[in-house]
Amino acid sequence: MLVIKDLHAKIDNKEILRGINLEIKAGEVHAIMGPNGAGKSTLSSVLAGNDKFEVSEGTVTFNGKDLLALPPEDRAREGVFLSFQYPIEIPGVSMVNFMRTALNEHRKYNNLEPLSASDFLKKMRDKKNLVEIDSNLTNRSVNEGFSGGEKKKNEIFQMAMLEHKLAILDETDSGLDIDALRIVANGVNKLKTKENATIVITHYQRLLDYIVPDFVHVLYKGRIVKTGGKELALELEEKGYDWIKKEFED
Amino acid sequence: MRCLIDKRLLLHIMAENQNKLLEEVTGSEYKYGFFSDIETETIPKGLSEEVVRIISAKKNEPEWMLDFRLKAYNHWLTMKKPEWAHLNIPEIDFQEIIFYAAPKSKPQLDSLDDVDPELRATFEKLGIPLDEQKILSGVAVDAVIDSVSVKTTYKETLAEKGIIFCSISEAVAEYPDLIKKYLGSVVPHGDNYFAALNAAVFSDGSFVYIPKGVRCPMELSTYFRINAMNTGQFERTLIIADDDSYVSYLEGCTAPMRDENQLHAAIVEIITMERAEVKYSTVQNWYPGNKEGKGGIYNFVTKRAICKGDYSKVSWTQVETGSAVTWKYPSCILQGDHSVGEFYSVAVTNNYQQADTGTKMIHLGKNTRSLIVSKGVSAGRSQNSYRGLVKVAKKAENARNFSQCDSLLLGDQCGAHTFPYIEVINNTAKIEHEATTSKIGEDQIFYCNQRGLSTEDAVALIVNGYVKEVINQLPMEFAVEAQKLLQISLEGSVG
Repeated sequence: MLVIKDLHAKIDNKEILRGINLEIKAGEVHAIMGPNGAGKSTLSSVLAGNDKFEVSEGTVTFNGKDLLALPPEDRAREGVFLSFQYPIEIPGVSMVNFMRTALNEHRKYNNLEPLSASDFLKKMRDKKNLVEIDSNLTNRSVNEGFSGGEKKKNEIFQMAMLEHKLAILDETDSGLDIDALRIVANGVNKLKTKENATIVITHYQRLLDYIVPDFVHVLYKGRIVKTGGKELALELEEKGYDWIKKEFED
Repeated sequence: MRCLIDKRLLLHIMAENQNKLLEEVTGSEYKYGFFSDIETETIPKGLSEEVVRIISAKKNEPEWMLDFRLKAYNHWLTMKKPEWAHLNIPEIDFQEIIFYAAPKSKPQLDSLDDVDPELRATFEKLGIPLDEQKILSGVAVDAVIDSVSVKTTYKETLAEKGIIFCSISEAVAEYPDLIKKYLGSVVPHGDNYFAALNAAVFSDGSFVYIPKGVRCPMELSTYFRINAMNTGQFERTLIIADDDSYVSYLEGCTAPMRDENQLHAAIVEIITMERAEVKYSTVQNWYPGNKEGKGGIYNFVTKRAICKGDYSKVSWTQVETGSAVTWKYPSCILQGDHSVGEFYSVAVTNNYQQADTGTKMIHLGKNTRSLIVSKGVSAGRSQNSYRGLVKVAKKAENARNFSQCDSLLLGDQCGAHTFPYIEVINNTAKIEHEATTSKIGEDQIFYCNQRGLSTEDAVALIVNGYVKEVINQLPMEFAVEAQKLLQISLEGSVG
């Protein structure tokens, strides 16, 4: 589904990603861990097409298409969904209107008719139930005045609505209490299918108790320096990153 | 007679419309830029006492009306064009302007079939609802094309309730006592340069009288359209709401595209008696000039309301997207105790447009309250200023004002300015002013992009969210049109 080859990216002439290689197949869950400043969030931004970052080398192929050649909105319409670490507030724009516009753009891209108001509302209801979102949230403006937990739940709700192929969860666990974490993780698990894939970016092993990864990658200084199974996350939790850094420096 | 429609249903319809609009408007130039070829009766260009007399004579006005005009004209001669606004206005040559134009075949018609087909086609293109379908949507239209009212609908329905809704010319003939008493009572000719000019040469406009205890059953609306080459448009509107009455009045404007600057100086006067309420909504979309700033309407408007009676209320809502230059400060004189004034405004400027707009809230009575919500959106190389005065007089015990002035910038070559003036000489007053200036966030746009919205759609969505508080004040039909206008005005302003 996703093939990243020798990906280099920089911001303000500072190289953050220095040759990422990663292959993700449908149905898989990949966790990307690593210390602060390793480039985890940069990777998610680059995949989503944030033009603050400049890709200097490498290729990214998504379902056979050159992902880097697409503008961010087309990447989204192709099925790349980024759950933001810090979801953005858009005052005055209702969630209903926002989601309806977004969903119909996705449908248009796939040569489908826009959903009728009633079908849309039904879909909203179903997805809300699925990810256990308080129904009041969808009546409010996009993320405006939402608590940290509400914002993250809202990201998962949007993910459910837009029926992604590749979900990138950028530190979705940050700022969540244990109950919210469970709800968010359950939502992600329910949305997992054999046809889609998930990248979980996190600092902590805790989230991976709920969203169990098939692979764990350690990102350090812009490269993937270690890959293992879910037990690697436990090892990191126990020992920290120092041994990896040491291994890498040596 | 207005149907009661489930509000939620309407909201869905609106959402649906909004999506359609998103698609519809992308890539269009000024949509209403056509020129309709109706035979127009004009008088020679230029301004003189003779011209004032000709205008008055053409309209068969009584002596007192001619006196009113001549007084104003003579006063105007002594006045100077105001320079205090944050505007760069080219010199206006008043001798190059034609001050009166009327469609030649002035119809006195009973049915729409008798209206000049060309004129009707123009109305159709504009979507002006003169036809019977409008009965269902409850809008009575007094359509002003150039300077003379051509057709007034719903007069009979309104007449049953004792409501008068007619052209000012008609009112001069039919209701001279009301006109003599109130015309110029809120905006006297000596008020300002453009008010004096209007009083001297005003061509036509609308007159509304709502009798005691009557709630006007429909939205009253007038469509203005400047249509003859080089013709200044000098509208005059007078609305009187008697005790315990209510009326909602809509004003919407479009004008054809052209190269030469056009002068527009209108006056609106509103008088509310005890417990009366007037809601005045405007969507202004006059030709703003082309992308290089050439052409476009000069819009100098004096709008003022007086809340004469206790517990009366006036609410101004305006969505200003057009004109090359806008100079406009809809104001409220809160004379009656417990009277309320409100001002909701969206002013959008793009390319080389300039807007200096705001309001004046003059608190004279006790326990008077006012609310100001102003939202400016600037793009291109435009300049957008909010100018507002909150004044609390000595006897205005416990006056309250809350002002919120927000500016949104698109791009880095436009300007947003706020000039709030506060004059208070009563220490029981409570005045609050909040102002914000923000740039449309790249992170907001990226967030929308990531959900599948193009940058253009994202900007439209974000701007519509930003102005929502004001748009919500508009009647539903107008709100949809207003959103459409915002999108058209901001096209090509990013990316």
